[in-house]
Amino acid sequence: MNRLFSALIVFLIGIGAATLEVFAVVGRMARFAGTALGRGVTPPWYPARLVEQMAIIGWFSLPVVGLTALFTGAALAQQIYVGGSRFNAESTVPAVTMIAMVRELGPVLAGLMVAGRVSSAMAAELATMRVTEQLDAMVTLRTDLWRYLVAPRLIAATLMMPFLVLIANIIGVLGGYGLAVSRLGFNGATYLETTRRYLEADDVISSLVKAAAFGFVIALSGCYHGFRSSGGAAGVGRATTAAVVTAFILILMLNLIITVLVFGA
Amino acid sequence: MTPRIAIHGLTKAFGPKPVLAGLDLEVGVGESVVVIGGSGTGKSVLLKSILGLVAPDSGSIRLDGVETVGLNGAARDRMRARFGMLFQSGALFDSLPVWRNVTFALTAGGAIRAADMRAMAVATLARVGLGADIADLRPAALSGGMQKRVALARAIAARPEIIFFDEPTTGLDPIMADVINALIREQVTALGATAITITHDMASARKIADRVAMLHQGRIIWQGSVAALDSSGNAYVDQFVHGRAEGPIQPLPR
Repeated sequence: MNRLFSALIVFLIGIGAATLEVFAVVGRMARFAGTALGRGVTPPWYPARLVEQMAIIGWFSLPVVGLTALFTGAALAQQIYVGGSRFNAESTVPAVTMIAMVRELGPVLAGLMVAGRVSSAMAAELATMRVTEQLDAMVTLRTDLWRYLVAPRLIAATLMMPFLVLIANIIGVLGGYGLAVSRLGFNGATYLETTRRYLEADDVISSLVKAAAFGFVIALSGCYHGFRSSGGAAGVGRATTAAVVTAFILILMLNLIITVLVFGA
Repeated sequence: MTPRIAIHGLTKAFGPKPVLAGLDLEVGVGESVVVIGGSGTGKSVLLKSILGLVAPDSGSIRLDGVETVGLNGAARDRMRARFGMLFQSGALFDSLPVWRNVTFALTAGGAIRAADMRAMAVATLARVGLGADIADLRPAALSGGMQKRVALARAIAARPEIIFFDEPTTGLDPIMADVINALIREQVTALGATAITITHDMASARKIADRVAMLHQGRIIWQGSVAALDSSGNAYVDQFVHGRAEGPIQPLPR
């Protein structure tokens, strides 16, 4: 009985410690974001760094985001067709594909793909700079790390994600269109007309708001874990993993929050 | 005359492990001091404390008689502007071409007057024996010895009054090490700079130093001129200078 009791206590301590850790990480990341934004809005600014990061985050993520959207949009149309045919509702394919894509899958999948590409790369780069004393060297050369390294990444990711998601949404809808027209016997013009008719401004706006929020946490997670790393090559590995996992969780959590706020009312 | 750098009672511990335990050291204007000591004796922490990269637990670090511990913001930046540092690993920014690395101290990362800056970088590279042909390469494309030279060029580019060298010859072959030692000596003399070098390479110490200080267990336990190194009468210094496994310094952690 006593042993059972102590096992229970250990179990509860585990839950308690994990919960405290989650709150601690959220708190530290919030403070990190606050410092970065506070410093980022005051000069000196580094426009060249910003443009570089915009290219890395935006331009070079296009192929992976585009392919993800294309395949998902097509698969979605197929499933909705199969599911809808049970209720004689095959004609809902264009509208439901578009709504699912724009409201949820476009931003979430693009967010996850960019997080996989960008959060990990940022964390690895910054952690390596820590290990190789490049961050110390930068401070010694009187360059503010927040302004030079963190702010451009945060701003670039927040600005570029809406563009990526916009493109993902379009490609996703086109993926559904391609499959529906080529395999399910839809008329192309009717399909596009139906899609257009059901598209609402709120869908697009919420999609882009999500995208900007996801972009911010993608860069935040990468920078935060990169900066906090310690312990050589193993530390770089841990930082990279933590950055991606944190970004994934934050994206999915934020997605739910925004969805409930916008569509739950 | 006020010493350029005066350190008194400096302590720093990482967790339960004391690294610096009441370190005292003074460095005169234009003097080149080499701090020798085994691995893990806190040599790097000493330099990083002076630069304000590591906050000491207690003690005082005066620069021309002015306390620098606890400085931050603009005052810390003004202080750092007087320093150049050659990091152990070079610490070149691998996302930037060589010439932007060299001029980083002057532009603080900004993109001002690129043409002037590039010309300035080429001139500085020439001072450490490197040609203009490498100016546009990335640091990763260079050999270890060339990276060290570029790092040296970056450290001297802003003509600092005080230069720190952290293990400048580590990882270099003996010939390249001697070339770097000669360059350091030459540049320190040319700039009239005050220098602190930390090393465990005795050939390097003999070449660079006006004065040698031995760091052991977080304190300076001996200091004297290079000439006095071989007749220090200090068992710790003797053991270190001759690289013996037997002696008062225990090579393995107790």
